[in-house]
Amino acid sequence: MFKNKADKLWYGFIAVAFILPFVPGVIGGSFFGHVATMILLYAAMAQSWNIISGYCGQTSFGHSVFFGIGAYGAALAVVNFNSLPWYGAPLGMLAAAAVSVVISYPCFKLKGHYFAIATFAIVEIFNRLFMIWDTIGGALGLDYPILPDGWKNFSWSDTKNGYYLGALAIFILVFSVVRWIERHRMGYYLRAVREGQETAESLGVNSAVVKLSAMALSASLAALCGAFFAQYNYRVDPPMVMSLDMSMKFVLITILGGIGTFWGPFLGALVLIPLQEYTRAYLSHLGAGVDLMIFGLIIIIVMIKQPLGIMGLIRYFTKRKVAKGEGDA
Amino acid sequence: MSNFVQVLIDGILSGLLYALVSAGLSMMWGVMDVINFAHGEFLMVAMYLCYWIGEILGIDPLFSWIAGGIFLFIIGALTYKLIIKNSLGKAAMAPLLATFGLSMLLKNFCMNRFTPNFRLLSGTIMEGKTFEFAGAIVSVPQLVTAIFSLAVLLSVYWLIKKTRVGWAIQATAMDKEAAELMGIDTENIYLLVFGIGGACVGVAGGLMTTYLAVHPEVGGLFSLIAFVVVALGGFGSIPGALFAALLIGLVESFAGFYIAAVVKYVAVFAIYLVVILIRPKGLFGW
Repeated sequence: MFKNKADKLWYGFIAVAFILPFVPGVIGGSFFGHVATMILLYAAMAQSWNIISGYCGQTSFGHSVFFGIGAYGAALAVVNFNSLPWYGAPLGMLAAAAVSVVISYPCFKLKGHYFAIATFAIVEIFNRLFMIWDTIGGALGLDYPILPDGWKNFSWSDTKNGYYLGALAIFILVFSVVRWIERHRMGYYLRAVREGQETAESLGVNSAVVKLSAMALSASLAALCGAFFAQYNYRVDPPMVMSLDMSMKFVLITILGGIGTFWGPFLGALVLIPLQEYTRAYLSHLGAGVDLMIFGLIIIIVMIKQPLGIMGLIRYFTKRKVAKGEGDA
Repeated sequence: MSNFVQVLIDGILSGLLYALVSAGLSMMWGVMDVINFAHGEFLMVAMYLCYWIGEILGIDPLFSWIAGGIFLFIIGALTYKLIIKNSLGKAAMAPLLATFGLSMLLKNFCMNRFTPNFRLLSGTIMEGKTFEFAGAIVSVPQLVTAIFSLAVLLSVYWLIKKTRVGWAIQATAMDKEAAELMGIDTENIYLLVFGIGGACVGVAGGLMTTYLAVHPEVGGLFSLIAFVVVALGGFGSIPGALFAALLIGLVESFAGFYIAAVVKYVAVFAIYLVVILIRPKGLFGW
């Protein structure tokens, strides 16, 4: 019925996307709604990072800069200009794409750890500049005014269902874009550059253009998630959105799920986010930081035992089954 | 004029401290191509250790840095045995991310046990001691730390360049397989490199407790500065790290004084980016 395995997975995704809108109605409860919203948001964030770092192999630790620019785009439109987030978010996405191209163009010359450390430095520079930039709130950040509920302001106070649906829309958008890239010529270019830049260039792939356009796309999708994050939290400040910790979330979720795979970011978020939210809620009597200690321990164990993440585990088991049965892996 | 001298001295003193903090990281990177993300947290652990030794046993950091060095040698070696060895070569960023997990674990363990409060030892031998030099005020604890830093860097440099163990470390860094064929136990060399790297940062942390408050987040900035220093100096070069650390210290203190205190780290990271884009392998890299 289906042409190949990838198509099967895609129909699976459509089925999941069809069922998800009904989730809050069936389960209810605002805490669960919060967790579900966060899973979808972080899955979308991780997937946006996956474009440049998973498919294209350029491990960036600087995505919180783009996320932050998106968050500030939405917040500035609402707080400083009394406008709607619907105008701020696209502008934030454009700004993030522009910034990403400007900073990536020189940085793509760097290899391995030198590239990683350069992206750390960029996060620190942006974080500190935003901290002292008073027009956009400086270290205090921007606090949203009280606004009427609804899609117009993209804000809800009594129920979280609106946010849930918004996060779902972003989730479907980002995953569809990545699915489209995966099947499109661009996806092959990205993977060719990851596997060997010189080889790809010798076959006529313009690796600079490929990397920069992947980075711009990745940054603008991260900025979209940032805009949602600002709307959801009703405030932004630099440590919240534009910090190394936020950058690491993009990285860790994708790596836990499986870097460079379509489902990895979703699986990673599905495991890490409930773990984070529930340990924070239920282990708080043990004192501060226990949730993050467990988080750290899990990261260590995953990196030691299965650096390819959950997708690595799944592949390990399915390959064994296939090897026993038909013999085509 | 006296302002200039003051800023210059401050820059050199903090630069030498950064050199000591970064030396261990530089070795780990140079020999094994591994970035230890938990480096700043190693520093924090050493600071807590020497703080509690001073608080409970009443031993001054001027002496307890030895304990800091030994303890962090063990922590470094354990980190290699338990984490680095098992994640090395599996995926490109696996050791970096595994040590990021370790840094979260250590930071939040200290947060949980010792609260986020800032703690500063009082009544230490060198506390508040200063003297005047060319119209500038020099703080004795910082000066002593700087002298220690030079001494430790020189002995590490001597160890690598002049001893048989050092030659084995260099051989391992150049070509692991060839070194093994020559009868070098590279496992032990890696263990030693991580131990020495930990010991350097342990000594730094021990001495810093005299004049810096310890808290669970203290390592974050030092980690980043150490990364920048090592990358700026170039792959595993100890003289490069010293030079880069002095540069970073001077940029920090001059930008902090002549531009604004809030932009000093912006200047530090910006200088790093500018240099690294001109010389992608660092100042002394090859």
